Amino acid sequence: MTAAVDLAVTAPETVEPGGRRDGVAWRGLLVQPALIVVVAVAFVVWRSTATLTDAEARPLGWSALGGSILDHLQLVAVAAVVVLAVGIPLGVLLTRGPFRRASPLVLGVANTGQAAPAIGLFVLLATWLGFGFGSAVVALVLYSVLPVLRNTMVGLQGVDARLVEAGRGMGMSALAVLLRVELPLAVPVVLSGVRTALVLLVGTATLATFIDGGGLGLLITTGINLNLDTLLYSGALLVALLALAVDWVGRVVETLARPKGL
Amino acid sequence: MSETLTHAGDPAHDRTVSGVAIRLEGVTKRYPGQSEPAVDAVDLEIAAGETVMFVGPSGCGKTTLLKMLNRLIEPSGGKIFLGDEDVTGQDPDQLRRRIGYVIQAGGLFPHMTVGTNIGLVPGMLKWDRKRIAERIDELLDLVGLDPEVYRDRFPKELSGGQQQRVGVARALAADPPVLLMDEPFGAVDPITRQRLQDELLRIQEELGKTIVFVTHDFDEAVKLGDRIVVFDVGARVVQYDTPEAILAEPAEDYVADFVGAGATLKQLTLTRVGDTGLHTPVTAAAGEDSAAVVTRATAAGEQYVVVTDGRGRPISWPSVAELTRTTTVPATRDERLPVVGLRSTLNDALDTMLAASQGGVVVTGRRDAVAGVLVVEQVMAAIQSTRGETRG
Ligand SMILES: Nc1ncnc2c1ncn2[C@@H]1O[C@H](COP(=O)(O)OP(=O)(O)O)[C@@H](O)[C@H]1O
Ligand SMILES: [Mg+2]
Repeated sequence: MTAAVDLAVTAPETVEPGGRRDGVAWRGLLVQPALIVVVAVAFVVWRSTATLTDAEARPLGWSALGGSILDHLQLVAVAAVVVLAVGIPLGVLLTRGPFRRASPLVLGVANTGQAAPAIGLFVLLATWLGFGFGSAVVALVLYSVLPVLRNTMVGLQGVDARLVEAGRGMGMSALAVLLRVELPLAVPVVLSGVRTALVLLVGTATLATFIDGGGLGLLITTGINLNLDTLLYSGALLVALLALAVDWVGRVVETLARPKGL
Repeated sequence: MSETLTHAGDPAHDRTVSGVAIRLEGVTKRYPGQSEPAVDAVDLEIAAGETVMFVGPSGCGKTTLLKMLNRLIEPSGGKIFLGDEDVTGQDPDQLRRRIGYVIQAGGLFPHMTVGTNIGLVPGMLKWDRKRIAERIDELLDLVGLDPEVYRDRFPKELSGGQQQRVGVARALAADPPVLLMDEPFGAVDPITRQRLQDELLRIQEELGKTIVFVTHDFDEAVKLGDRIVVFDVGARVVQYDTPEAILAEPAEDYVADFVGAGATLKQLTLTRVGDTGLHTPVTAAAGEDSAAVVTRATAAGEQYVVVTDGRGRPISWPSVAELTRTTTVPATRDERLPVVGLRSTLNDALDTMLAASQGGVVVTGRRDAVAGVLVVEQVMAAIQSTRGETRG
């Protein structure tokens, strides 16, 4: 017999279990909130110690400031709910059988919505629907639905067709495959679209003030109109902080909601 | 061990049958915008409990025909019967829960654990949790994966071969009478493929499903099939017979071409390891006193000893000289140990020896226990004898 046997220990074929990447992701998520807190504290300290003129002090009063921020968040929240309620189901629909053909058209419209100058969109809608909160929300939705719609579609299209076939092949209904296979696998891409939309919303909601929609934009326009740089900078800083905070919350949710095993 | 030696080429041999017959009558598929049908009025009868292999050139309609069986593709005409039941008009989702479907790379859902993947169909059939959990463990055992280790892993934590095993387990979950497999082992390396084939043969021996298996590898068809269907364009059935008959008498030049010029060596694929006279080695359990084993081997005139684990499965194959240097037989598992099953072909055995750069293989039988060893000289002798036969 010529068999030569190697008794040396050879490492068994093992595949390392997942979970290693999570630590790195979480460390990255800690820098952003630290930065936000530092800048926010600095703003509060400055605001408490600086001597302000009357015209500056009124909009920068704690309650006025709090009101502006809440108004702003309310605009963002309402628009975001509509964006999700429209964007995700529409994205799902446009990747289903017969509706697939309509997707270039809808994407075209959404693209135009986003490419149009935001301020133009606001004014146009205001002349049509009237000034106020409602028009502002509609404009915001039109302006920010694209990332959600597009990422829902891209996320679903990115799911391996063989997995869909495997699901159907074992007797899952089309709906079951969508809910249990396609959507869960598309979650990371969809959520990153949602985060983009939210950040867009926070920034764009500053324009609502032009059509009496309220929000932090008021601080900025007042600052410009009355030539008060303190107001202008405060408004811009707060919007930036808000956008960063929303972005961070989005990232946390993405990390938590990412399906295990991917 | 006699039942494991029954030859797959003999469809009449008695074994467990849990499958049902499949009958196709004039099954046709026309894709929109194509002048010729992809599958043109195919009539075919597949007996219950048989493994039937679909072979033929790429694009000849094998996949289309297979997918019409579970209606992933709707036939444009014809009828399909499972047993005596016409399933052509049945609700496809219900039908598919009775037909296991295995695709390349297993098609496992990456975001679900191995256990969840396997439990999907039983879940759809409203089995209770306890029964599903038991079934998952039972199936993992069946495909040779330790439930404790693998149940809660995600697919990406498994090797390709292991994923494919889980794919088979998932397809068998609700004990369907029919299993459809579309080039399931096409994406794994040759040695893993051969192990998976052995595994499938063993499982089929135990279960007796009706299996329809698409492959482009004629050797695979010969090894696994009770019968082989050779197709030409439009899924025209050119020959439908046992592997032996097709190799011996190709129905047309077309089949002869397809089977290939290596048909003499193809006889190597027809000869099962279990059909040759295996050598019975001296075995030793890990942990045994080395001196006693060495004495035993020397008395038997052997230079090598097969070391087994607690369940009689081979783990290494040291020389007597190596053993004399130890006090107890080491329990170290040699990951490169060349192993084939009784139902592996001589071709597989040769491949395995070459891949491991060794002159022999350990052969395992029921429950993966040692059944003997096969050395390269025996394979050479078999080649010599078949060459003699075909020349004569
Ligand atoms: N979805 C489809 N639409 C149109 N033509 C198809 C489709 N699927 C397969 N075909 C055509 O049908 C024929 C048979 O394909 P297929 O069944 O995949 O062959 P095989 O599995 O034997 O390689 C090929 O000519 C292929 O191009
Ligand atoms: Mg194919």
